[in-house]
Amino acid sequence: MDKLKQLHKTLVNNKFINYTVVFFIFIILFLLINSGVINRYLSNLIIMILIMIVMATSLNIATGFLGQLHLGHAAFMGIGAYTAGIIGIALQDVIASDLLLFLVATFGAMITAGFAGFLVGTPALRLRGDYLGIMTLGFGEIVRTVITNLKSITNGAQGLSGIPRIMTFPIAFWTTVIVVTLIFLFMNSRHGRAIISIREDEIASESVGINITRYKLLGFILASMFAGVGGSMFAFKESFLAPISFNFIKSVEIFVIVVLGGMGSLSGSIIAAIVLVFLPEYLRDFNQYRYLLYSSVLIIIMLYRPQGLMGTKEINFIKIKTWIKSKYTKVFLKGSD
Amino acid sequence: MSVLTVKNLGISFGGLRAVDNFDISIENDELVGLIGPNGAGKTTIFNLLTGVYIPTDGDILINNKSTLGKKPNEIVMLGSSRTFQNIRLFKNMTVLDNIKIAYHNRMSYGLFGSIFKTKKYRLEENKAVQIASELLDVFGLDMYKNDLAKNLPYGKQRKLEIARALATNPKILLLDEPAAGMNPQETEELMETIKLLKKQFDISILLIEHDMRLVMGICERIVVIDYGKIIAKGNPEAIRTNPDVIKAYLGE
Ligand SMILES: Nc1ncnc2c1ncn2[C@@H]1O[C@H](COP(=O)(O)OP(=O)(O)OP(=O)(O)O)[C@@H](O)[C@H]1O
Ligand SMILES: [Mg+2]
Repeated sequence: MDKLKQLHKTLVNNKFINYTVVFFIFIILFLLINSGVINRYLSNLIIMILIMIVMATSLNIATGFLGQLHLGHAAFMGIGAYTAGIIGIALQDVIASDLLLFLVATFGAMITAGFAGFLVGTPALRLRGDYLGIMTLGFGEIVRTVITNLKSITNGAQGLSGIPRIMTFPIAFWTTVIVVTLIFLFMNSRHGRAIISIREDEIASESVGINITRYKLLGFILASMFAGVGGSMFAFKESFLAPISFNFIKSVEIFVIVVLGGMGSLSGSIIAAIVLVFLPEYLRDFNQYRYLLYSSVLIIIMLYRPQGLMGTKEINFIKIKTWIKSKYTKVFLKGSD
Repeated sequence: MSVLTVKNLGISFGGLRAVDNFDISIENDELVGLIGPNGAGKTTIFNLLTGVYIPTDGDILINNKSTLGKKPNEIVMLGSSRTFQNIRLFKNMTVLDNIKIAYHNRMSYGLFGSIFKTKKYRLEENKAVQIASELLDVFGLDMYKNDLAKNLPYGKQRKLEIARALATNPKILLLDEPAAGMNPQETEELMETIKLLKKQFDISILLIEHDMRLVMGICERIVVIDYGKIIAKGNPEAIRTNPDVIKAYLGE
């Protein structure tokens, strides 16, 4: 009994409650999927949501926290996806474990996407605002064109097929949890603070000793590396890649998620990813109006809530717990008199 | 020992000679005023001293090291720090984080430490919170430390900006119109704060200010510029009665 109490204490103990909640979400979804309550179509959709969460939280580093208009994020996803896909095809007979294969391929995807981020980041440092937006947009289209024309490696416009379909819900879920956690921990360090200070005021940031060149570059590289992870997840989920999947529209889709959720809020990105991936799927007939939905969302947000759903705030289960507790205590006190 | 030495400093914007042949030398613990009419070139001098602008002529030495070829973030590390004429706080960050940013270079944990919350991470972060709180306490801002900077009243925002500049541990502090937009009572309070921090932190201060009562009240020495050139130097009394200064301010 004491041990049980101890366990309960550890689990809902302030430090662990966030992890506990995540773990329970996993268990519930896992059971629902395994028992067939959630069908194959829906579970695929959930994996797609997880991928978009990775894409949105990673873009949030560059756009939300660093404050740079970045309209080419899908290109980095594409670079990661193709890298992972090619590694996956090459090593599927060598590496027996699906998980290991995914990890190796994802590692490769992070390196190529991160390197591309470095390449874009370097000239991007000289630009700001709209100009940077246009540059990243242009880079995205260049990447797509290069992928289309590198027929010997990517099989061009016909697409790369035969990638082992090894993406499962647990792999996708925990990869997403790890990515979001890493980004969260990073943002809560002196390095993350430096990045946020650049968004707030570049000149002031420099004036207190922040090397803004270095941190802008770091922000771009990290965003790109994690986009590579999203790309790798996508490759192993779809088993087939075509350049068209990583076009400008995809970048805008990710961008809208970040804006809707709140620039600088990871929980906001998560919520917005769920909403914006579910909604068009759910309204099946509405699907052709998908782009109308994105632009309307963008306009409405800009007009009525420019800071996004969450602003820069994060959902924290510790606070929710304290809030519930205070509510219950009040009810309890009322009841007693 | 001279904390700041400026020799023959000059900058041109196209045809406009915004600062010309500017010299100054500030000793340890000195409080010097830099005044002049609107558009005289005062802020431009600060921008040159802090590396925001690159001078066309001259040299700047901070603690006997030249700032030429250095970026603003490197110049801070030489021991000079500034505030801005139009407040530049990190508005959406807490008051505490505004100060902690300035400790960035005094911490050394890396990306690994950030992610695994190593012992070094915890030690350095805790230490930063502690010294930031102490600093905020000096400015009477400790109780606001979890508020967003943008939610502070104007006068307190000015103070926070000074505190942030101090957090970089400078030998010389450059204040650009700290009393601008303040009411008389806030200005009074600010004067006390400046006097106090000069004593407590053992630093030199170069102060741009239009509020003559403040300038005359606390500066030991004053430099007056007009059209980018020095037109007078001396103690407050000498400046007050200098005919060139009166002419510059009142016009012909
Ligand atoms: N980046 C720039 N490009 C062109 N001209 C500039 C630039 N910065 C300053 N100037 C010009 O240099 C002159 C000096 O400006 P500065 O801001 O230094 O004046 P100031 O003495 O601080 O005035 P105030 O008391 O109004 O703040 C002005 O004529 C201004 O227009
Ligand atoms: Mg000025």
